Amino acid sequence: MTPAGSIATTVKPELAALRWVRGAAAVCAKDLRSELRSKDTINASLSFALVILLLFSFAFDPGVDTVREISGGLLWLVFAFAGALVLNRSYARELVNDCLDALLSSPVSGAQLFLGKCVANFVLLVAVEVICIPVFGIFYNVNWTRHLGQLAITFALGTWALTVIGTMFSAMTVNLRLRELMLPILVYPMMIPALMAAIQLTTVLMAGNTVSADNLIWFKVLIGFDIIFTILGVSFVDTVLIG
Amino acid sequence: MNAVEVQGVWKYFGDYPALRDLTLAVPRGSCMALLGRNGAGKTTLLRILAGLSRPAKGTVTILGADTRARASRVGVGVLGHGIGVYEELSAIENLRLFARLYGVENPERTASEWLERAGLERVRDGLVREFSRGMRQRLAVARAFLHEPTLLLLDEPFTALDDRAIAVLQTLLRRARDEGRSIIMSTHQLREALELATDVALINRGRLAYTGPRTDEMLNDPGWLYRNYGEA
Amino acid sequence: MRNRIIVILAFAAAALLSFNLYKVFMVLPDELNQGAIYRIIYIHVPSAITCFTCFFAALVSSVLYLAKKDMRFDGVAAAATEVGVVFASIVLVTGSIWARIIWGIWWTWDARLTSMFVCWLLYAGYLMLRRAIDEPGQRARLCAVMSIFAFTDVIIVWKSIEWWRTQHPGPVLSIRNGGGMGPGMEAPIWWNYLALVMLATILIMVRMRQEDIRREIDSMRRWAHAL
Repeated sequence: MTPAGSIATTVKPELAALRWVRGAAAVCAKDLRSELRSKDTINASLSFALVILLLFSFAFDPGVDTVREISGGLLWLVFAFAGALVLNRSYARELVNDCLDALLSSPVSGAQLFLGKCVANFVLLVAVEVICIPVFGIFYNVNWTRHLGQLAITFALGTWALTVIGTMFSAMTVNLRLRELMLPILVYPMMIPALMAAIQLTTVLMAGNTVSADNLIWFKVLIGFDIIFTILGVSFVDTVLIG
Repeated sequence: MNAVEVQGVWKYFGDYPALRDLTLAVPRGSCMALLGRNGAGKTTLLRILAGLSRPAKGTVTILGADTRARASRVGVGVLGHGIGVYEELSAIENLRLFARLYGVENPERTASEWLERAGLERVRDGLVREFSRGMRQRLAVARAFLHEPTLLLLDEPFTALDDRAIAVLQTLLRRARDEGRSIIMSTHQLREALELATDVALINRGRLAYTGPRTDEMLNDPGWLYRNYGEA
Repeated sequence: MRNRIIVILAFAAAALLSFNLYKVFMVLPDELNQGAIYRIIYIHVPSAITCFTCFFAALVSSVLYLAKKDMRFDGVAAAATEVGVVFASIVLVTGSIWARIIWGIWWTWDARLTSMFVCWLLYAGYLMLRRAIDEPGQRARLCAVMSIFAFTDVIIVWKSIEWWRTQHPGPVLSIRNGGGMGPGMEAPIWWNYLALVMLATILIMVRMRQEDIRREIDSMRRWAHAL
């Protein structure tokens, strides 16, 4: 028990780092536990993604060549929209019971809060993708397992890009009156460079080819995008939340 | 060193100055009742102290440190208008979470202890969304106190509490005051607050109208302050 | 003082633009492959560079606002972004006209055009964000962060023709170690850029004056409330 008059003393750097990770992990675990219990958003997201994929297959009944051209675009558009359902609620869900205030007045820094939420959102988005891709494979007759390693990396990098942008803008708009309107307007253009890269890579991989030197630029775009926007997000999340 | 030092603070919402050149010192170990009409600026001030907002002008320090510094955050417990607990988590999960966030040494044990103190040990694993209002309030109180804060900030804590919750809160506040912790409590419930208070401050239209020790006269005639220093 | 600067700049810009117009239409010959339409480059390219200059000014202003919390920087950022969006629109329109004539299509989704369009969307989003927030402090803060995020795309636009093989023509300007243009053909681009930057400065200054007046009204309202 902390004595009534004392102030917390400084801690060794290793302990501080461990404490930082623990704090972020606590936020992440809380988000995941909370979401998995109600399953509201994940169900909406998954249903939306599956319905679009199936409707598209039904409406256009694309042949082998068409599928080869559009696979990346279709999948990533679906995941961008379905993912938005998860990401948009990321900070908005904290408004219930003024939990955002409780979090912000705790010792947890904006950066811990941000990264904790990003990891939780990433897990949810990947869960949706892991279910949707095999479904896509079945209904569009695509063999997606040929270059599984590269595909996994592409989806990991692309999903992280969407997550970081979506979570950051969720924080930015959480206190706005017109949150529901402003969020899509700001988020989708911001995501486009990463989406383009992910689409190109996915199309190549779904067509059965490996990523050639020509297409390597897109990997670089994704990696650069991820690094830059993670840094920007972590740096500015405190600024947008505390007024 | 005072628990809280507020110097020349201004805070605007659009055109409207919610706080005007406010200067206030809260001594260590005091229990200050923050009084004022609705819209006077009590909540605005408490939010700044809780690190949720920054003043447009002026400085605020808590235990000598900036309001957003970790050293301050770790020692402050906040009970605002909202209960600040998660609907989809159980009582014990909520307390465990906040124990972790505040860096408490043994989160599991602390959470269990405080669950008992709040009288919620029987609904330990129940989800908050199924709780009654009184139960939620008690859980919120536990959340605010569990990390043994040096400074407690309470925004109208007695409003809409049921009797059991009021009893729990009063016990905890009395114990905190006896342990030398500092408390700032904004309130409309003059009787409960003035009983516990050692000092009072009256805020009127964003300005500090009066500050001083809580006298017996105030306790016997709670409206005295408003009549003498409040708005007509 | 400010008025004098505006008038001087206006005259200088008008003079430069007239001189360049004469040069572009009367003096320079038609380009070998493109014919007469290539002259649109003398609006298209300077507009693009001016637009990026404006967005860069907005970026610097936004960073300064976050550091100093002085509302005047917010005014500069807002004004610069508005003017930048105008020039970005000119870029997209002149580019489309040129594309229709040369390639036969109004638009294509190559790296440069896509990123330029995204740039326009992002800064238009910035302007929408400004209108969506009433509280001046919150508005300045959130828009400053938005400006910083949006500028990442400007960098992508600038570098896009180097990093990717695009349908958009590759680098030709001498500063980019490009293929180079015919004798005397590059200079008007830079003179026009100078003229457009002067024009942009005038527009920003006028817009800022509007912001200053609004801030004064705001603070007078505040004092009135405080009484």
